[in-house]
Amino acid sequence: MALMEFFGSMFISLGPAIALFALSIANNPVKIILFAAAMFFWLVSLLISSCLWRAVVPLQQVLAFSVPFAVILQEMFRFLYCLLLKKASVGFEKVVSPDKDDTLKVLTRNPHTMGYIAGLGFGVGSGLYSISNILSSISGPGTVGIEDDSPNRSSKFILESSFMSLCFILLHICWGMLFHAAAAIYNKPYNIILILYVIFSHMLVSLLSLIYTLLPALITAYAVLCVSFIIAFYVAGGSLHNIKHLIKRTSGNWEPPKD
Amino acid sequence: MSSSTRISYSNRMDELNTEGDVEIRCGEGSRSRDVEPERAGAPESERDEEEEEDAMPLKYGADSVIKLFVPVTLCMMVVVATIKSVSFYTEGGQYLIYTPFHEESPDVGTKIWNAVANAAILIGVIVVLTIFLVVLYKYRCYRFIQGWLIVSTLILVFFFAFMYLGEVLRAYNIAMDYITLAVVIWNFGVVGMVCIHWKGPLLLQQAYLILISALMALIFIKYLPDWTTWVILGAISIYDLVAVLCPRGPLRVLVETAQERNESIFPALIYSSTFMVPTVATMADREEEGEDHNSSNPEPNDSGSTARIQEEEPVADHPEESSGVKLGLGDFIFYSVLVGKASSVADWNTTLACFISILVGLCLTLLLLAVFRKALPALPISITFGLIFYLSTAYVISPFSQTLAANQVYI
Repeated sequence: MALMEFFGSMFISLGPAIALFALSIANNPVKIILFAAAMFFWLVSLLISSCLWRAVVPLQQVLAFSVPFAVILQEMFRFLYCLLLKKASVGFEKVVSPDKDDTLKVLTRNPHTMGYIAGLGFGVGSGLYSISNILSSISGPGTVGIEDDSPNRSSKFILESSFMSLCFILLHICWGMLFHAAAAIYNKPYNIILILYVIFSHMLVSLLSLIYTLLPALITAYAVLCVSFIIAFYVAGGSLHNIKHLIKRTSGNWEPPKD
Repeated sequence: MSSSTRISYSNRMDELNTEGDVEIRCGEGSRSRDVEPERAGAPESERDEEEEEDAMPLKYGADSVIKLFVPVTLCMMVVVATIKSVSFYTEGGQYLIYTPFHEESPDVGTKIWNAVANAAILIGVIVVLTIFLVVLYKYRCYRFIQGWLIVSTLILVFFFAFMYLGEVLRAYNIAMDYITLAVVIWNFGVVGMVCIHWKGPLLLQQAYLILISALMALIFIKYLPDWTTWVILGAISIYDLVAVLCPRGPLRVLVETAQERNESIFPALIYSSTFMVPTVATMADREEEGEDHNSSNPEPNDSGSTARIQEEEPVADHPEESSGVKLGLGDFIFYSVLVGKASSVADWNTTLACFISILVGLCLTLLLLAVFRKALPALPISITFGLIFYLSTAYVISPFSQTLAANQVYI
């Protein structure tokens, strides 16, 4: 029973990330390297946040102190990573000739791919770190039916944690795309608005999770996810026209929207 | 903007059999074959070729990185899975003769000097044996070297595998009769010896090399005391740096001697992503016709190197895999020791951090390799990153992460 909970929790929180990785990143070596680099950047940001948490000894139990700093550090490192990607893509554009279909073309053909990879790298790092401790203790003895103080007394801790991890992974993907678009592609004023939106929404969701019950944070996080997804979709070039075409599946006669 | 066409990843090695390829290894030296693309009779403009040249190491650099990521990840996964499930390899109390100081006192100072002394002894033994190997190689005692390698892989593939199988069966409480055991171990061992020292399917050879690296790493994790392991990891990356880069370092001497003689180094000690003929066996033949080969090689560097590539084009039915990237088995072993030790004493966060840092270090090393195009030590950067992240994750990130998870706070 505990093993079933373990697998259920693992697939809820990490399933979409694994699927996204296997389908979109695993086939291309450059993408895998960028993904690993993004996870590394997230890890370094977590390292600095934990140093800060550890350094301020009297406030170690007051998580409300270290969470904002952690969020700001993550966003700073996301910004650094997007700068790195921008420099790399500028470098590659000079080198790769235009008519060769290479694996390197991923860096120049669709610039939003790099934002997606950055987001997925950060997201998988964040998701893995938030769920792996819980996962490693779930399959052990004595964890079925962890109760909390709610009147339902159902095993909410594990479910809530898994869904929140999943939400954060997906949120990081959207934030990564928005941030990369803002940092590398757009000009003022759009990029400032996008960056502020990312920071504000990240801060909102993280600070809400400080509340004793996770439910308000969970609902808000999924709402923010929907909004961010729609914004990221439009930023990446999608539109209602695209969706209609996808549904209708008109083959070969696709025209870009006339605007 | 662009549509979302799927970029297909195709292996273009068959078209570019004159690419520049590089290899890195540790422990027994390495070699780089630097080949310039042929310029004779190219109808395209020079600039296109130059752009292609610049793009080539980048593109094939990414290819080589992934070709090494996968086996390193597999080796680490085998070691971590074993450590987490079979408690035999984490039980202490038994030590090798190379580590006479057993770190049994609770005093930190004593533990530290014990660890340093153990590490010094082990590194001393490794240095002596490496110099012995280089001397043997220089004086062309190939039979001796081959015998030595065969004996060591024999021990690994029979005895350590038998021990491993026994412990796994014991951990899962599975009964197996001696007859089945004998058949299994015999087959595993013999196929392993054939694949590693002679010919075999590439995938099988790579699998066996990964398995013996994992077995060796598990032996190190079991039989070395805790603090000694960490000090040894640090010391051996410094030794690797010195031995491969210093002009009188034993590994560099080995590499240069092998390059002078146009031979490749013992395939039993290197993981290669493409086929390699076990040239120790053919070295004897080559010595006889050495003169003819050398006289038939034209002088200029370009065509000379291409001739060299072609004569080493290994198996006739795999013409498309001309050369790939190589990594020494010692690197596999020590990466896995780091990650395995981290997983045995700390939680999954630490294991993950060490894993990511080693992969990023490997990536950086391969980048340097693409830039410098000569033999480079693979241990220092990765082990440094790994050690830094092990210490910082185990003592700084993990408590933070656990406090966050326990309070269901998400950052």
